[in-house]
Amino acid sequence: MRLTDMLNFAWQVMRGYPGRTFLILLAMGIGVASVVAVTALGEGARLYVSNQFGSLGTNLVIVLPGRSETAGAMPGVLIGKTPRDLTLEDALALKSSRAVRYIAPLIVGAGDVRVGARRRETPVLGTTAEIATIRRMDVAQGRFLPEGDPRQSLPVCVIGTTVANELFGTRPVLGEWLRIGDRRFRIIGVMAKQGESLGFNTDEIVVVPLAAAQALFNTESLLRVLVEAKSREQIPNVKADVEEIIRLRHEGERDITVITQDAVIATFDRILRALTLAVAGIAAVSLAVAGILIMNVMLIAVTQRRREIGLLKALGATGRQIRLVFFTEAVLLAASGAAVGIAVGQLGRNIATHLYPMIPFQAPWWALVAAPVVALLTAVLFTVAPARRAALLDPVQALSRR
Amino acid sequence: MICLAGIERNFVVGEETVHALRGVNLAISAGEYLSIMGPSGSGKSTLLNVIGLLDRPSAGTYELDGRDITGRTDDELARVRREKIGFVFQFFHLVPRLTAEQNIELPMVLAGIDPAKRRTRLERLLVEYGLEDRARHRPSELSGGQCQRVAIARAMSMGPPVILADEPTGNLDRHTGQDVMAVLERVHHGGGTLVLVTHDPEIGSRAHRRLRMIDGAVISDERL
Repeated sequence: MRLTDMLNFAWQVMRGYPGRTFLILLAMGIGVASVVAVTALGEGARLYVSNQFGSLGTNLVIVLPGRSETAGAMPGVLIGKTPRDLTLEDALALKSSRAVRYIAPLIVGAGDVRVGARRRETPVLGTTAEIATIRRMDVAQGRFLPEGDPRQSLPVCVIGTTVANELFGTRPVLGEWLRIGDRRFRIIGVMAKQGESLGFNTDEIVVVPLAAAQALFNTESLLRVLVEAKSREQIPNVKADVEEIIRLRHEGERDITVITQDAVIATFDRILRALTLAVAGIAAVSLAVAGILIMNVMLIAVTQRRREIGLLKALGATGRQIRLVFFTEAVLLAASGAAVGIAVGQLGRNIATHLYPMIPFQAPWWALVAAPVVALLTAVLFTVAPARRAALLDPVQALSRR
Repeated sequence: MICLAGIERNFVVGEETVHALRGVNLAISAGEYLSIMGPSGSGKSTLLNVIGLLDRPSAGTYELDGRDITGRTDDELARVRREKIGFVFQFFHLVPRLTAEQNIELPMVLAGIDPAKRRTRLERLLVEYGLEDRARHRPSELSGGQCQRVAIARAMSMGPPVILADEPTGNLDRHTGQDVMAVLERVHHGGGTLVLVTHDPEIGSRAHRRLRMIDGAVISDERL
């Protein structure tokens, strides 16, 4: 029997029993669609998180004061107190590492920002000019913090767009003065809209030189130091150098924590990937259910089409041909079901993308391959028994009954 | 061409063994027109199924075209059946979802014959059996006589030397039955071997050689 004839024959069966065909397509379609949709959601979440980290800047190493005893916990944040401060001098010393390109020490505090009668409680970030490069911050107007000695306290600041709008409305901002606590700062720039990344919204902050922030918040202690490695390969060297430099400066104590961005991304990646796989596995159960449905339908078909099978045998069909007829039918049903499922899954993905445009929903290629393959395999596997039964049917008995 | 020797066919029904065929010896030469008659349960259909390779004898030998075909595998028998034997049944056994021409084409499809070649053979068969204007109708839209003509055309599509008909008129009125018999007999006039099972003496007496069976044994074998 020719392949085209085999397909045609199966096609005639599918057309001949539309209700049955529709039910199988529905079951297979739901199975495949749920796998595609669920993996698209999982993959979307994974890409979203890794994009969020990516927007922090590349080749980033974060230095925190205090030693973390358990991996992953943020030291000092939980305890509230750290054994030894991380100072500006510590941060500047890191520049002696040859693997380091930029460093940006960071102090963050809440500031009472006032312009005339308007006031606003705003996070104030004390840092140096290099943060603009490390964190990919752009200025929309004016300029960013001046380069120069970070120990020098200049009365200038750069503000986020939201802050600018709320304090000045549509008035020009550059060159105006604003007051943070009891100090005055001249606005030299407004940052470009960047939005939120990892819960830190650059549109809503005021950036001042580090020394000014130290004076403002009356502290020498840095919240953290951002370090950019010269290249991705240099990240381990940066980590080693940073630990060594600080250890020497802190009388041999290893009282800092160095987080590489890669490690954080990798952890999230692993967690979300595992989650996606787990949920996809659950969705795949519906594929198995669809497979069992196909087996049922095929077993019924063998009984219903006894006479037809007997006839085919009388007309010279071999057992192999009878089995192939059933397998072709199952494969055709499963393939059509999978096609329907992928179409519906993609439709669901489009709807989700429409509702949550910032999350890049996209079913991963392995799911788009695995779901139809699993559908086909279950269909074939569950057709083995019915096809065998049909092939072994005795033609005399099959034909004798009316 | 067909040579049966000492054919037995036993069925086990519950505790009992039923002897459907008891020591049947039969030789049929090419081009013969033979009817098998007898009361129901006399084993005439079983004999036809054995001749048609649908059923295997419990004992005895069967030679077709000089080749012993007892002990062949099912698939080998299927291939022999495809090439050499055409079946016509009492209940037509057409596939309900296929059109008349698709039903006629079925044996050629199973044999894997080239579609272009199938088409020419099909056209010829449709004309030959007067089914041109019924080609695209499904069996449910055909009369009994038309159904049986489709079945005969199907049986002839591979051009087999032997046609086996099991009560071909059993499900038709007398007039249509005569019609169908005329069509079947055309096969015989074309040089084919026709074996007919019937319990209708009128139909059976049309054959040139008549076998009578009772209780699984051939009791008379008369030639005209």
